[in-house]
Amino acid sequence: MKSIRLMGNTAVAVAMAVTPALAQVASLGSPEGQVSIVAWPGYIERGETMAEFDWVTKFEEATGCQVVIKTANTSDEMVALMNEGGFDLVTASGDASLRLVAGKRVQPVNIDLIPSWTNVDERLKNAPWHTVDGVHYGVPYQWGPNVLMYNTEVFGDTPPTSWSVVFEEQTLPDGSSNVGRVQAYDGPIHIADAAQYLMAHRPELGITSPYELNADQYAAALDLLRAQRKLVGRYWHDAFIQMDDFKNEGVVASGSWPFQVGLLKAEGFPVSSVIPEEGSTGWADTTMMHVDAPHPTCSYLWMEHTLSSNLQADLSVWFGANPVVLSACTDGSGMQTAEGCTANGLDDFEKIKFWTTPVSQCESQGECVPYYRWVSDYIGVIGGR
Amino acid sequence: MSRSAILPNRGLADRLSALFWRHPRVLLLLLITPPLLWLGVVYLGSLGALLLQSFYSIDEFSGVVVEEFTLKTYGELFRAANMDIILRTLTMSASVTLASAVIGFPVAYFAARFARGRWKAVFYLGIMLPLWSSYLVKVYAWKLILAKEGIITWAADSVGLGFLLDAVLALPGVGGNSLSTSFIGTWIVFVYVWLPYMILPMQASLERVPVSMLEASSDLGATLGQTFRTVILPLAMPGVIAGSIFTFSLTMGDYIIPQIVGTSARFIGQAVYQLQGTAGNIPLAAAFAVVPILIMLVYLSLAKRGGAFDAL
Repeated sequence: MKSIRLMGNTAVAVAMAVTPALAQVASLGSPEGQVSIVAWPGYIERGETMAEFDWVTKFEEATGCQVVIKTANTSDEMVALMNEGGFDLVTASGDASLRLVAGKRVQPVNIDLIPSWTNVDERLKNAPWHTVDGVHYGVPYQWGPNVLMYNTEVFGDTPPTSWSVVFEEQTLPDGSSNVGRVQAYDGPIHIADAAQYLMAHRPELGITSPYELNADQYAAALDLLRAQRKLVGRYWHDAFIQMDDFKNEGVVASGSWPFQVGLLKAEGFPVSSVIPEEGSTGWADTTMMHVDAPHPTCSYLWMEHTLSSNLQADLSVWFGANPVVLSACTDGSGMQTAEGCTANGLDDFEKIKFWTTPVSQCESQGECVPYYRWVSDYIGVIGGR
Repeated sequence: MSRSAILPNRGLADRLSALFWRHPRVLLLLLITPPLLWLGVVYLGSLGALLLQSFYSIDEFSGVVVEEFTLKTYGELFRAANMDIILRTLTMSASVTLASAVIGFPVAYFAARFARGRWKAVFYLGIMLPLWSSYLVKVYAWKLILAKEGIITWAADSVGLGFLLDAVLALPGVGGNSLSTSFIGTWIVFVYVWLPYMILPMQASLERVPVSMLEASSDLGATLGQTFRTVILPLAMPGVIAGSIFTFSLTMGDYIIPQIVGTSARFIGQAVYQLQGTAGNIPLAAAFAVVPILIMLVYLSLAKRGGAFDAL
């Protein structure tokens, strides 16, 4: 066993020695005929779910690069697949991207080879979740906020302005208490939402980032979540179950995604959403390229393609997200409109703290509570501890 | 004039069957190798890998798995939040098993003793039918039935029994906002989904109870209750235990029902899924996965003593 591991380590060491660090593609060759992408479900559509949502077929015809998609359901799955290798690209969220960079699984991207880079939203060009020491490790793909969804019949003329409706017991505008009528996300990353709420309401804790919490700040966030447990009947895990709970379970307010808000509205159900005054958390995804990508030219062509305003517009409609190319909202190249972008939170970028993996060696205060503790403690909180 | 023998040339199949006839062990080996490989490599292999992982630990600071032998991970199982999960799962498994036995026994008894001909077929269909539809469909259907604005609440309210439902939901620990967000709801769905696995073995063992013994019992002056306690139940016990093995272990391993119906408080299966899938804490996930294996080993050895396997 030990000798096997030793051999493995040696092989890795040798491989690392011969691979020049920070190699990036200098120029494009001819397309290799294929590009394989690890992506979130629904992120890369070829018209098979709904015919009008297709941003693959045209690319394949134009470049001759066959797009092969491997979907992954969690960031950890994505990291695992990229560690395995054999893929060209991945649509990594902020809680995976830096791990990929740190693990040397992705290579720097030569933005000179991506003409549309100039169109990328200025707010995202140097975002810290894909730019390390000034080097770009990918091109932004799409981003979105976690919004506060609420029932418009219950809240009437006074839409909620604070996350307090889901954190603290109170009487809602319809005269009844919020106990048992609110929900929260059942992933440990929800601890960050609690921390963000504390940032605004208990400044003495000195939280600067909801993803970087020292022991005291973390304990305060858990206390807040324990109080929330008393208000929450069931935590939401699956977007469709949450929609069902709004319809049949009497849930009237919850953190949610624009995706659910859009679908419920389309069904004529009385919901709306806000980004409350405390701001909100959100996700920002980046297309990143594997260090040993077998099809570099097709990969670059795909990255260029993802920045076309037509793809960005359709994807943002499909996913309830925001395009990383601002013209996609207004130029009518796809289905997105300026109103649609506003509804998806385009103007609230500054209010959003994007998902990142909590690590023990954190920037703001030296030592923070790492993610695996978030997981086990959040299990405890939901279990009533 | 000589002619050679007129035996036809023997084909491959002929020769093979001759080989098998001469060496029966070869045939046995050939037949048994694939399932043995399956069992040995795929099943036991993965179990072994799991067991191995559970003796590793996760590094406190980097979150990386440290591949060194330690019992620290098993120690973590005894943390309050994790013990909660184990006890919660055990309680649920036990109560689901108990309820299935209580509900299932009369059904099985009727089917074994009184149902004849067409009624027997109706019985089998009735028990098996729920097994034919997708498990997920059934669970989602139950979510709607149990919902706050679902049919049970509606029915209770319209016959004026809403207060009863509210009283049940107000029970500390097992109650909740609605049936679909309470432990009672999870329990109901578990009982519904696993009930057939309890009824079928019970019915098989009840059918084997000789009628003559029941007659002898009443001839000797036993009351119905005495006959039930001293004759039927002991003879049917192996079937009950066999059924309980199914309901108990199926409840213990399930991670989908409590995710859809219930309070979101974790069961062992969910904890394994989450620790392994999103946290990357494979050692703790593996340690959690070992818990039901150990519990089932104890359970099975007790069941064996109870004679459950004589009925199989």
